[in-house]
Parts: sequence; C-alpha cells; structure tokens
Amino acid sequence: MSNDNWPLYEVFVRAKRGLNHVHAGSLHAPDAQMALRNARDLYTRRQEGVSIWVVASDDITASSPDEKDSFFDPAADKVYRHPTFYDVPEDVEYL
Amino acid sequence: MYGNDFGPRDDAPLNAAETQDYTQALEDYFNGLIDEDSRIEPRDAMPDGYRQTLIRQIAQHAHSEIIGMQPEGNWLTRAPSLRRKAILLAKVQDEAGHGLYLYSAAETLGVDREELLDKLHAGKQKYSSIFNYPTLTWADAGAIGWLVDGAAIMNQVPLCRCSYGPYARAMIRVCKEESFHQRQGFEILWTLSQGTDAQKAMLQDAANRWWWPALMMFGPPDSGEKAADGHTAQNMAWGIKRFTNDDLRQKFVDMTVPQAIKLGITLPDPDLRWNEERGHWDFGEIDWDEFWRVLKGDGPCNAERIATRVAAHEEGAWVREAAVAYAAKVAEREQGAVA
Repeated sequence: MSNDNWPLYEVFVRAKRGLNHVHAGSLHAPDAQMALRNARDLYTRRQEGVSIWVVASDDITASSPDEKDSFFDPAADKVYRHPTFYDVPEDVEYL
Repeated sequence: MYGNDFGPRDDAPLNAAETQDYTQALEDYFNGLIDEDSRIEPRDAMPDGYRQTLIRQIAQHAHSEIIGMQPEGNWLTRAPSLRRKAILLAKVQDEAGHGLYLYSAAETLGVDREELLDKLHAGKQKYSSIFNYPTLTWADAGAIGWLVDGAAIMNQVPLCRCSYGPYARAMIRVCKEESFHQRQGFEILWTLSQGTDAQKAMLQDAANRWWWPALMMFGPPDSGEKAADGHTAQNMAWGIKRFTNDDLRQKFVDMTVPQAIKLGITLPDPDLRWNEERGHWDFGEIDWDEFWRVLKGDGPCNAERIATRVAAHEEGAWVREAAVAYAAKVAEREQGAVA
C-alpha cells in the first residue's frame, strides 16, 4: 500500500484571531485527522497560524477559467454598485 | 481539482480547421497572460513544453530539498552543542518541508508525487549535484548553510516571480525560511574563525572544498555565445527564469567574497580579483568536466545518497501502511456509530 491511497487535502490557515483562513497549500494524508497534524508540521512551523482547516481536494467545486468571461461578466456593467458612481455636491460631509 | 479544464474536451470541434482555430485560441490565451506578466494557474491551458519544463524543474528542485537533508543529517548526532543540534534539526526539517511544498506544486501540473519519487529512486530524475559531495567535518555544516544555501537563495529569489503561480507561491515560503539557513551557516563559520588554529584550518578546508561546487550550482554558462545552446532563452520568454545562470553566479560571487574576507579565509581561486572597470569580482575558469561527471553519477556520494533515500522509503513503508489501516478502522467505526 502506498501514497496512492492517500488523498490530497487543501490546507487553510488562520494567521491570527480576526483574520480569515487563507489557503496555504496542500498535502497528502491517510485521513483528515492526519492531514491536520501534518499541516501543523508543514505549514505552521514558525507560528504562522492559530487555526487550521483541511478539506479533501476532491470535495472542492471550483469555477472554471474557460468560462471566466461569461461567469464574471454580469458584474462588469454594474458600476452603480460602487460608491464612486454617484455625483454628490462636494461640500456635503460624511458621504 | 487541478485537472486542466480549459483545453480540448469531448465537445471540442472535430473539424481540422476549427481545431486549429481552437489551438490558436488557447495559445493566444496563454501568451496574453505571459505578456501581461500575469500568473498561470493550474487549470489554465498551457503549452505542453511549458508544463513539461515546469514538472521537470519543480521535481528536480523538490528532490534536491529531500536529498539535501542527508549531508547535514550526517552531523545531527555529532553537533558540538545542544543549541547547534536543535538548530540543525530545525533546518533539516525545513528542507523536508520545502520538498513537500514543491511536490505539491508539481502535482498541480498533473503528476503524482509517488511517480516523481519513483523516478528519483530509479535515477531518472536528477537533484542538485552539490549534494553528491561529502560533509567531512563540522565546518561543512557551516559551509553548506553559507555557500550552498546562499547560492540556492540567489537562484530562488527570482523564482518567487516565476510565471507559474503555485511554484512562485511555494518559493516565497521557501525563501523566507532559507534566510535563517544561510545566517546559521555563517554563524557556525564565524565562530570557528574566532577559535583555535585547528578550527580556523577546518574552516579554510571546508571553504576550499565547497567554493567551486557552489559556483557550479548556477548551472553551465548560458550568456553571450552560449545563450543559443540551452533552454535559457525559452524559459525566460515563458517567465520561468528571470536571469541567466551567469548573471546569478556573478551576483553570488560579488555577495560572497566580502563575507569570505570577513571570515579571514582565502577562496581557492588565484584569478579572483576586483575588477574596477566592470564593478564586479573576476573569477577563474570553472571545471565543467567535474560538473558533468558528478551530474552523470560519478560524484563522491551519488550512490550513497540514492541508497539512503530508497532505504528510508522502503523502511518507512510499514508506517504508511499502518496509517492507512488506522484511517480505515476509524472510518469504519464512525460509520458503525451512524448506522
């Protein structure tokens, strides 16, 4: 038996309280518990984190780069979602 | 989730002319990203040459980190103090970590780590030739940190801007950790340089043996007339490589000579002298025959390094099997509890 049977996990690390978990990399492990322990040794040797998530890579559903235009375009023509779109008198404060 | 899904699929056109258009579109997409100095990510379409070059380079880099644990590992049980031992252990553990970051990066290109390790064990993929030299004295542990890691950093810093995202990200992590390696190596040597005559002689001997192999780490000449020979031009166009081997080697020499002077040692090159006109240190001819000889397997430690690696892999098999068996048992119990 070899690593062939060890699934790939994606590792997310929260650097400190108040911040999001951020993708740090991936690793192989026989199960999620071992993935967590290996992630501790691999990605937080210098106190880079206070919390770790591991997710089986196979369980991630991702958007595809070849539909990036059709997928993200709907947001492109809605500039009115940004505060700078609006004309207001310059001498009005706190807007 | 790393499969390339921006590329020919079942529903891709079968008509030859359309296929050509399709291929062209993929090429334009890739070249566009490269031209704007953007990053290529795992699921982007990429030319096969780009993919294969990266797999080879990242695998070789990962293997170097893993094999690179051995020369220093040799001194773990004989480090001169508990402090030095703890430091060396942390450093060797870092090298293992660097290997794993890099294998992960390679896997995003569609290869398995297992497959890469098999190739290393079978001698079908290389690792840096520098690790085929022996660590004869404690000063060698220092020389590796100072010269080998110093040269590695010089090579690796530009790779943090490599066009392939996962490789660049791995290198950022590696470079952050590598600077401790270089400083601890210099500290070992600095301590020896302040010691007895025997310690100073040990330091000088280590520098004599590691200087030239460290210069070879940058690879064969690839600028001037030699520019057309190798892969440098293509790799620079692809944004995999940012500087020529020769440029990096010169930078390394310029950085290292003043450090050697500080250590009070002589570097083993009679042609080494400051060139006012160029604003760089001139250095002598590198023995490329030795480089190719060691690369092709005839270095002092080639056979030993691979044998040690294969033995570690085989003797560790039961641990991997036990981990899988335990994972299966836990999963079974959890299912039983649910049912």
